[in-house]
Amino acid sequence: MDWNFIIFSVVKIAIVIGAVQTFAAYAVLAERKISAWIQDRVGPNRVAPPFMKYVPIIGPALTRWGIFQPLADGLKFMLKEDFTPESVRKAYFWLAPAVSVIPSTIVIAVIPFGSYLGHQKMVIADLNVGILYTFGVVSLGVYGIVLAGYAANSKYPFLGGIRSSAQMISYEIAMGMSVIPIFLIASTLNLTNVVNWQSSHGWLIIYAPLSFIIFLVSSFAETNRTPFDLPEAETELVGGYHTEYGSMKFALFFLAEYSNMVAASGMMVTLFFGGWTLPFWGLDQPAHSIAIGVAQIIIFIIKMAVLMTLFIWVRWMFPRFRYDQLMDLGWRKFVPLALANILITAIVLWAIS
Amino acid sequence: MAIVVNRRPLTFWEKLYLPAFIGGFKVTIRHAIGTLFGGKKVTMEYPEQKWAVPEGYRGAPYLVRDQEGNTKCVSCQLCEFVCPPKAIKIYPPGPAGQEADRANAEKMPDDFQINFLRCIYCGLCQEVCPEEAIFLLKDYSITGMTREELVFDKEKLLALGGVHAGVEKWKHKQDEAREQENFPVKA
Repeated sequence: MDWNFIIFSVVKIAIVIGAVQTFAAYAVLAERKISAWIQDRVGPNRVAPPFMKYVPIIGPALTRWGIFQPLADGLKFMLKEDFTPESVRKAYFWLAPAVSVIPSTIVIAVIPFGSYLGHQKMVIADLNVGILYTFGVVSLGVYGIVLAGYAANSKYPFLGGIRSSAQMISYEIAMGMSVIPIFLIASTLNLTNVVNWQSSHGWLIIYAPLSFIIFLVSSFAETNRTPFDLPEAETELVGGYHTEYGSMKFALFFLAEYSNMVAASGMMVTLFFGGWTLPFWGLDQPAHSIAIGVAQIIIFIIKMAVLMTLFIWVRWMFPRFRYDQLMDLGWRKFVPLALANILITAIVLWAIS
Repeated sequence: MAIVVNRRPLTFWEKLYLPAFIGGFKVTIRHAIGTLFGGKKVTMEYPEQKWAVPEGYRGAPYLVRDQEGNTKCVSCQLCEFVCPPKAIKIYPPGPAGQEADRANAEKMPDDFQINFLRCIYCGLCQEVCPEEAIFLLKDYSITGMTREELVFDKEKLLALGGVHAGVEKWKHKQDEAREQENFPVKA
């Protein structure tokens, strides 16, 4: 154990967690803005700190774009009374938001978000079983939701929790199987090596488009986004699993959902879109200077932002799937498709070799 | 008898969800671009932009003056009695009270208060008024910081109501009386 490693890890963890939470907060703003545009509205355009009106041009423009809205939202959640209803199961009620938010935050540990800055690898934990870790941890997220539904001691949140567990089971399998071709092709489970493989052979989405589609749809289900937002179907379940929650506890669920989105986008960028690489300007090699290192981190963030936009956009495009349709899609379409995908990839690889 | 609607089974292409996906993208993109660049947003940004209040709108009830600037209200208290939420309170002048502005009007209120926290904008006061002295005008955004602030007194109501060019009921009677006096009668 050398101290250097510990210190740099702690710094990286702090920065990444801060960045992810900021990203999640601004994803909420993006969600509100994009939904507004799609629905012919304006979206948040009022909130600003009082001194902003004295800043010429930039101040009103930022206000117009709602840049300060996430700050106001966060502050609002902090200041609200932390209310615990009489009828809930107290211990689980307090535990559930934490159980929900922790997995969604620690998933990001294995995603390589850049090559090198100085001599530091831009990944918190360069595990050899990165993808297995991801699936293991992401699956834990469902416990938070189920626990919240159970703890609320009321029927609608409970229904939300049940739906969530059923949904998770059916999509986890398809998702897990959809990435097996990736590792057959790249012949490694280490995400850094997957990115390196892509920098020399081209992005994996070209080799395994079907994997990408299955993974994308499964991650919609995984992150409880429309069209698979059954656990929090407002029109059917009041508010879903977090009906009884308010203030910071609710904010944690919110944060968990959006961190999950960030993690899923990061995962997709890493697995299918070449991670931090771009195929030109020499950006596909590990960086030797700070500038290129930073550029690669920015490339990763931009790619992630594009996928996040897709997540958000799809939410305002599609109606919710019915429960039985969802099960049908998961078990009877995606699982066989993913199996066939594995088989075909394996046969093709065997034929080539 | 139940009517069975035969639905066309989905084709393979449709079962892939792809047509719906493409259609969804098209519609949402069209709307997003229309809102962002075409200025097609439907939102009206309220405090800056305001809608035109239509004729016959029932806004806040205010007292009005006649063409000569006299108070039209004669303190009959019909509006006070008819007011369903009891928002109106009238202080009649009493025997030793102030003279009415108008000749031929018996009296006018000492004070006339409308509590806009109670008012329901029903318009019964306007309907019941025999003098056409109170009207529901076009104000719809009555706001204040305290409860006292929202009880409008006579001066404020008259100032807000302005002049109403309606029938001058008692002027007509006065003119008639004057003409009676001037009527040439042969001695």
